[in-house]
Amino acid sequence: MPPNTALGKDLVGLESLTADQLRAILDTAEAFKEISERQIKKVPVLRGKTIVNAFFEPSTRTRVSFEFAEKRLSADTVNIASSGSSVVKGETLVDTARNLEAMRIDMVVMRHGSSGSAQFLAERIPSNVINAGDGRHEHPTQALLDMLTIRDHVGRLEGVKVCIVGDILHSRVARSNIFGLRTLGAEVGVCGPRTLLPAAIEEMGVKVFARIEEAIEWADVLNVLRLQLERMQAGYVPSLREYNRVFGLTRERVQAAPGELLVLHPGPMNRGVEIDSDVADGPQSVILDQVTNGVAVRMAVLYLLAGGEPEKAEAAKVDGAHG
Amino acid sequence: MASDRQQLLDERAVERALARMAREIIEKSVSTEALSLVGIHRRGVQLAHRIADEISKAEDHRPVVGSLDITLYRDDLMAIGPRPVVGETRLPEGGIDDRVVVIIDDVAFTGRTARAAMDELADFGRPRRILLCVLVDRGGRELPIQPDIVGRHLDVPEGMTIDVLVPELDGRLAVELAPQGG
Repeated sequence: MPPNTALGKDLVGLESLTADQLRAILDTAEAFKEISERQIKKVPVLRGKTIVNAFFEPSTRTRVSFEFAEKRLSADTVNIASSGSSVVKGETLVDTARNLEAMRIDMVVMRHGSSGSAQFLAERIPSNVINAGDGRHEHPTQALLDMLTIRDHVGRLEGVKVCIVGDILHSRVARSNIFGLRTLGAEVGVCGPRTLLPAAIEEMGVKVFARIEEAIEWADVLNVLRLQLERMQAGYVPSLREYNRVFGLTRERVQAAPGELLVLHPGPMNRGVEIDSDVADGPQSVILDQVTNGVAVRMAVLYLLAGGEPEKAEAAKVDGAHG
Repeated sequence: MASDRQQLLDERAVERALARMAREIIEKSVSTEALSLVGIHRRGVQLAHRIADEISKAEDHRPVVGSLDITLYRDDLMAIGPRPVVGETRLPEGGIDDRVVVIIDDVAFTGRTARAAMDELADFGRPRRILLCVLVDRGGRELPIQPDIVGRHLDVPEGMTIDVLVPELDGRLAVELAPQGG
């Protein structure tokens, strides 16, 4: 009996996914990478499916990545941004969703400022919902592309030591990475100013490093988060220069690493704040691989969620075995 | 479980069939230089490599071999779930434009795999000619597609299915009759 890797209707977060489900997504993404290298970068698998990209928070990278993924699978797509949508006119999330539903859509990719909004939507509409970031909760596809990039370069995730550096407190990327990496057997550490670490972070099963030098000595992989400039205005960090001096990833610090070090960053980067240009453009950086992998991971998630009931799997296997 | 299976072709019989298929491919192609073999994921890929070996024994030239996973071109994908695992698609170096492309699969049944394979190949280029080559033709076509080269025609009783086994995945080279879904 093969493991059940069906994802169900939605992808809200990585917290509830099993190791088999996570591996199914990463393996499918691996196969999908090749499609983006073809001359005709398109396969017909989602032909006739309609997908709405509802981005109620600004995003370029994630939205464009989802759009490429959707188009390479031949889906029809519509984009909604917060400005110019009826959201600014006071329509509730449920009303917006119901209106979209009435236009017979199949999937919604949503970015929203409120934690839990993806789950909220998923429970109320029959379409597949993919969370593209909800408040401080989760950003599952970002963590999946980070994990795929690490697996590509290190060859595995089991036992790999990954340290997430920066603003863990406000970061949905950090949360999704912690859940996914731990489920697949990686060791996870976090490093950042105490003001930007959640109070009970150890309970998530991670090591805490107060100093970046210690984190670098321990880790095989550093995932450096963007420091939101608003955090300084809100008093979490004294100044950007100070942050760079204490936690910034500089060439000197990276060179002091005892072994090979892999550097990830979900972008967009603040060069000279959380990461120096020497490192961002240096040999350890796999930041552009992350962007490439992002499209493949999103293709995999769209493919795995689109239609189908698990109980039909056995019948399909028999019918589809030969032909 | 094993007692429910019945061997139809043993290793020697499969090897002989593959050698004959290789000769037929050589006869039908203008030159082996223009030949590209494309195996359908998964067992078609191993068979394609074996046929390429046979061709190289006869012709001093081993045709290039690629693999094709047709999952994303299936016509029944939206009706089934969970989504099948997608395998590797890697066409031979140099592309397929103007080549004689031989699609190699283990079993010809409904014809839907061959249709999907031709649709997918069309997205990669325009071969001069496409040939369809299968180790076993079990009949039961649902589309007007017939293989050009067949290793063996075999009848399949109700409730049974044909399994082609290859050493790389199954530990042995054989064709067996097995209960459906087993």
